[in-house]
Parts: sequence; structure tokens; C-alpha cells
Amino acid sequence: MEVQLQRSYLEYSKALFREGVLDAQFVELQMLRDESNPDFVMEVVTLFFEDSQRILNQLSNTLNEQSVDFKKVDANVHQLKGSSSSIGALRVRNACIAFRSFCDAQNVEGCLRFLQQIKQEYLLVKNKLEALLRLEQQIVAAGGVVPVLNDFS
Amino acid sequence: MEYCNCFESPWPADELLMKYQYISDFFIALAYFSIPLEIIYFVKKSAVFPYRWVLVQFGAFIVLCGATHLINLWTFTMHTRTVAVVMTTAKVLTAVVSCATALLLVHIIPDLLSVKTRELFLKNKAAELDREMGLIRTQEETGRHVRMLTHEIRSTLDRHTILKTTLVELGRTLGLEECALWMPTRTGLELNLSYTLRHQNPVGLTVPIQLPVINQVFKTSRAVKISPISPVARLRPAGQYMPGEVVAVRVPLLHLSNFQIHDWPELSTKRYALMVLMLPSDSARQWHGHELELVEVVADQVAVALSHAAILEESMRARDLLMEQNVALDLARREAETAVRARNDFLAVMNHEMGTPIHATIALSSLLQETELSTEQRLMVETILKSSNLLATLINDVLDLSRLEDGSLQLEIETFNLHSLFREVLNLIKPIAAVKKLYVMLNLSPDLIEHAVGDEKRLMQVLLNVVGNAIKFTKEGGISVLASVAKPDSLRDPRAPDFFPTHSDNHFYLRVESQPLAVKNSGGSGLGLAICKRFVNLMEGHIWIESEGLGRGSTVIFIVKLGIPARLNESKLPFLHKGPGNQVKLIFSGLKVVVMDDNSVGRTVTKGLLVHLGCDVLAVSSGDECVRAVSYEHKAVFLDVSMAAVDSFEVAVRIREKFSKRSDRPFIVALTGNTDRMIKENCRKVGMDGVILKPVLVDKMRSVLSDLLEHGYLVESQ
Repeated sequence: MEVQLQRSYLEYSKALFREGVLDAQFVELQMLRDESNPDFVMEVVTLFFEDSQRILNQLSNTLNEQSVDFKKVDANVHQLKGSSSSIGALRVRNACIAFRSFCDAQNVEGCLRFLQQIKQEYLLVKNKLEALLRLEQQIVAAGGVVPVLNDFS
Repeated sequence: MEYCNCFESPWPADELLMKYQYISDFFIALAYFSIPLEIIYFVKKSAVFPYRWVLVQFGAFIVLCGATHLINLWTFTMHTRTVAVVMTTAKVLTAVVSCATALLLVHIIPDLLSVKTRELFLKNKAAELDREMGLIRTQEETGRHVRMLTHEIRSTLDRHTILKTTLVELGRTLGLEECALWMPTRTGLELNLSYTLRHQNPVGLTVPIQLPVINQVFKTSRAVKISPISPVARLRPAGQYMPGEVVAVRVPLLHLSNFQIHDWPELSTKRYALMVLMLPSDSARQWHGHELELVEVVADQVAVALSHAAILEESMRARDLLMEQNVALDLARREAETAVRARNDFLAVMNHEMGTPIHATIALSSLLQETELSTEQRLMVETILKSSNLLATLINDVLDLSRLEDGSLQLEIETFNLHSLFREVLNLIKPIAAVKKLYVMLNLSPDLIEHAVGDEKRLMQVLLNVVGNAIKFTKEGGISVLASVAKPDSLRDPRAPDFFPTHSDNHFYLRVESQPLAVKNSGGSGLGLAICKRFVNLMEGHIWIESEGLGRGSTVIFIVKLGIPARLNESKLPFLHKGPGNQVKLIFSGLKVVVMDDNSVGRTVTKGLLVHLGCDVLAVSSGDECVRAVSYEHKAVFLDVSMAAVDSFEVAVRIREKFSKRSDRPFIVALTGNTDRMIKENCRKVGMDGVILKPVLVDKMRSVLSDLLEHGYLVESQ
């Protein structure tokens, strides 16, 4: 049973990497999980969700104001970029980089539209990660060991 | 009957005679008695008289004579026999003593006489000594004067002071009326009156140097008496006075070249000055030998002092010149530095400013790639992506180029796939070649290994450049690229004397030859070859062109040194087994570190990384908290420098200030997601021990920590 779960876990992960949703950084995070810290990945991912949600909300608020404070917007996006690169959410990170150019151009319309884009990417990553974590939990519950990816390219 | 020997005096007038005789005898006796007394008295007074016993004898003689005469007094009248006996005794004694004295005097008197000659002799000697003393004193005076004069002259290094002092002192010492110095002019044909003692402002008198009197003086090193009417001595308006004696002496003007190493200064110099000294007129004084000597000595000293002054002047001039040059050089250096810095700043800014939109383009294009696209659109997006990447590389390379010039470029060594590198280059070139209807042939020799260690990016650049140029300058036909392993023995090229290929198991030499296979070629080798050359040199290689002639095209050959990857474990496979990590974990076990990052996710990830390596991590989110929390127990502090709200550099400075002793201070490492090179510079300026690029891999962090603990600094920061 666990073998089945493990295999589907690996398949799922590989798919994520191929699609570019996650990158090598995520594997690094998985490698940091050990006996002393079994819930490391879960912790980080949860933190990421909370943080990103907060930032995205702030971004919406800031961009919807009368006079938009682009500095604040830039700072927030910078934060999100940092978080997403720490966790390995590649597409979110790229979206952030692209967003910054709109921000530099001080294009409110563009920013708002692109914000949607970022939100979409984020939600995508969130879903995928949640699914992945659920799989992991199932494996652990079944008494198995979560496989570590060693090559994905 | 009483006997008496006296006569009966026949003449009565004889009574008067008798009376006189009586009185005379009395007085003689008196004198005779008083003389010894006087002698004794005066001899007693003087201590030196040597002949005392002679005096005694003499005294005895005189006393006896006196006694005789005294007794004679009694014999004028009738006297008894006793008196006669006494008289006789006295006479006999007197006779004895006087004979003895007479005999003695024969010995004494010559002595006494010679005393007188000795006295005369001594007096002469004394006079002579006096004279000599006088001479010595004069000489000593002279010597003192010379010393004083020399001291005065030597105490200054100023030419004018030297000469003026000489004249003044000489004038004073010798009591001169006038003292003058004639210096040779630049042309050397005339003597110019330069300094005088009495005239305050000598009129520019000149005298031709070929006068016989001057020649006479110049020929000898001694002071020469010259005639007062010779032109050099005619310094005073012709007056009523009888001019005193004039002496002239030459003063050699020495140069540095005169001081040979082994000999005394050779007076082969032709340049002399003339010093003329005049005694006061109407004084009938004459020049004495010692005065002439004094003048000669002084002239010599003046010569030496003058040469010293000249040397000093020259060295001062040289020093001033050097200082000027130094100032100019310093200015030039500073200007150059400013220019370089300005250029670097400009390049860095440009790099950053141009990089941002490029990265945005790249990001957007990659996002676009993920959407639904038609085949054409996909192709277009891929091209956009490729071009943007290329542009990004180019922008980086502009920065590289400037660093190449400075020599501060460092290769990024890593393991890469050599075969796929060649293939990729070919793929990039093929479209361009196709447009020109040229074909490209790649030939990889079978002994070429697949993976190599080196700077992939730069090697690709060199290849692209070489092959691209070949394509550019080939009109028809095609080019062939041959890659092989070169044997070190065959690598020595007389054109490259610095190229010393070495033989080792760690590396091999890749040889690439790009040859045009064509009939028609336009000449040229491209400008990029200079850049390639620099890269090739950095890779410890060599690049050259061989040409068969005009219109035949050129073959470019280059050789670079690449490393052989030792084990597959070390190649660029990002995920290692946990095996070797376990030992290292022990070293880090309990190592206290601090992590500062205001991004919660990033903070947690970094903390997790370090905890995984066994460290005891304190994670903080603000600069103040960080500075407060850092203690001597912590061995390292990891600061995220891409934070917007916190100035990590300031935090680093504050941490440094907190710990005065270097040994207490923890290592400060910056974590940055920004590849900007300025960050590295800034970190180093602030005093950080290293910079790591985010995202950090476990292995990277492990090697960083071991580098820090082992060496105290990051050996290679990425």
C-alpha cells in the first residue's frame, strides 16, 4: 500500500517539477526533514501560505487606494519574491519579478491585472503543495518513509 | 834686656809715618774682620752659592791676615816676647792658609769664570727659545684662524655665504686691506669679479683669463706674489698710496666627477677661481711664509666647501624635480583611479538598470511559455526567451569585459558537459550559417572526455566568437571545427614564450581548430579575438591564427586548460546522498549561530537548514534584536541583505563594534538573492566575512561553515 502511495507521490512531484511549479529549492527543503524535525516542510509551507496570503491582501489594499504608494507595493512584492524563492515556488517568483516592472512603470492598471496573475499562480502552488503534503501524511500514517527525490531534470 | 826687633827710628819725622802705619793697620784689620762677616751675611742670605768651604778658607785667610795686622799694632812700640810669639804664630798661620787658598783658587777661578760663560750661553738659548716660542705661537694663531675660518666656511652650505665668510675672515686674520675673488664666467674665457671685501657692490669687472699673470697663478697650487699693478689687483681706484704687497692663489672649482673613487680629487679640472689678497698700503708689511701657507690652506678648504655646496644644490634640485614628478604621478594615479571607479560605477548601474527589464522580459516570456500557445506562437516565444537570455548574458559580459581589463575577472569553475557545449554552439551557429549557405562541420575526437571542469560560459563565448568569426569571413563553402585533446609536448609554440603547458592527471589541454573549407574568403579575423585571447589566457591557454595567405582565410587555433572531474560525486549533480554529511554534522553540533531575516519563510528555511546541519540557531527578524542577541557564544551570524526595511550593513557594523576583540567576534555572512557584484564589494567594505547567494543548498551551507571554522573566512563565496 505504501509503495503505491510512494510511487504516486514521486509521480506527482515529478509532474510539478516538469511544469515548473516547483524547483530544486523545494527538494532542498525536503532534504532538511529528519528525525529531529519531521514536520519541517509542513511548517515552512504553512508559514508560506500565511505570509503570502497576508502580502496579497496588502497588495490589493494598497493598489486600490486613491494614491498608490508604489514603494510599499514594491516592498511587498519583494517580500513575496523572497518567500517564494525560499520555498521553491518558481512560477510565483517569476511572476513577482515580472510584476516589478509594472510597478517600476507605476502602471496601476497593469499592476492590478498582474496581481490577478500572481494570485492565480499562488493558488495553483497552494493547491499543489497541499495535495503533496496530504500524500505525505498518508504515507507517514501508513508507516512508510517519504521518498526523497534525487533527480528530476 | 828686652829684645825688640824694631829699629830705632832715626828719623823723628818717622813718628808721623808710624802713626799712619798704625792707623792703616788698624783699619786693615777692621776691614779684614768685617769682610768675612759681610760675606757670611750675604751668603747666608742667598741659598745657591756652592763654594761655602772656599769661603770658609777665604774667611780664615782674611781673619788671620786681619789678626796679623792687628797684632802688628802692638809691635810698633815696645812689646813683650809673647806678643812677638803670637805675632809669629799668626804670621805662620796666615802664610799657610794663604798658600792653601792660593792653591785652591787655581782650581776655583776657572770654574767661576766658566759660570759666566754658561750664563751667557743660557741667556742665548733663552733668547732663541723665546724666538721659537714666538714663532709657534704665531703658527698656532694661524692654525686657530684657519680652523675658525674652516669652521665658518663649512658651517654653511650656501655658496655665497661661504665665499663672503672666507673673505671676511681672511681679511680679519691677516689684516688685509682688500680681498677679492674672481670667478670664471660660463664661457670660461673671462674672470668676473664676484666678491670683494671692502667694496660692497663690485662693479662687473671682467678680465680675460689668458693673462700671463693669471696663468702663472693657475699653474701652481701655491700662493704667488703678484705685482700690484696687474689687472686683477687693480681693485682700488689708482690712488696716492703705495700699494701693499699682493698675493694671489687659485681656488679649484671641483665637480662631482672630480672625486674619483680611489684617488684624491684629481685637479684635472680646468676651472679655477682666483683669490687676490692685498696687504694694507703704506704699511711696509711683507707676506710671511706662514701667512702664505694659511692662504693656500684656506683656498683648498674653500674649494671643498664650494663643491659640497654645488653638490647640495644639485641634489636639492633633483629632489624638487622628483617631488614634482611624484605629485604629478600621484595626481595621474588618482585621476586614473577615479576614472576606473567612475567607469565601474557606471557599468554596475547600467548592468543593474538594464538587467531589471531584461529579467522581467525573461520572466514574462517563461510565464507565457506555460500558457496555451499555437506552434508558431510557441516558436516566437522561445526565440524571444533565447534572445533575452543572450542579451542578459551580454549585459553581464560588458561588466566582465571591464573586469577583464583590470585583471579582476575570475573564472567560474564548475563541471560541465563538453560535448553538449560544442553541440549547443553549433546549434546556435547553424541558422546564421544556413542564411549564408555555408555548412558547419563539427568533429570531436574520440579521446575527448564528456565532462570537464572549467568555466563553461566563457569557453562557450570563446567558441562562439571563433566559430562566428569564421562564418562571418567565409564567403562560400563552410567551416570545420575540430576538437581534440592536445599532448603537452606538442604544445610549445615559439610565438608564445609564456605558455608552459604542464602535464598532470588533474587536467588536460583542449585543442580547438576552426578551419575554413572554402575557396573564396574575405580576409579578417574579427575584433572579438582580443577578448577571446584574454579569456584563453585566463584559462592558461594560448590562441593563434595560421593563415595560408591573402584571400585564403585564416585558421584559428586555441588551446585551453580544463580540469578532469575526479569523481562523479563532485560533478554538478545537485542532490547528494546524506552519507558524507554525518561526519561533518558532528563538527557543527551545537554550534551557536544567529540568523536574521525579516521574511518569515526565508528565516524558517535558513534556520531549518542550519538546524539540519546540527547548529543551535537563534532566528531574529530585526536588526536591533540581532545586535542585542549576538553574544560571544555565537560563532556566526547570517544576515539577509536583501531586506528592504533593515540596513544589514549597519547591523554588521554594530555587531563589529560590539566586540572589541577579534577572537570574540562571530563571523558575519551575508545572504543575498541579488547577483549584483556591488553587494559583494559593499559587504567586504563593511567588514563581513563572506557572501552567499540565495537560495542556499545544504552542501553550500556545509562548505561555508567548514570554511569559516577552518580558515576564518570564506575561501570561495559564490
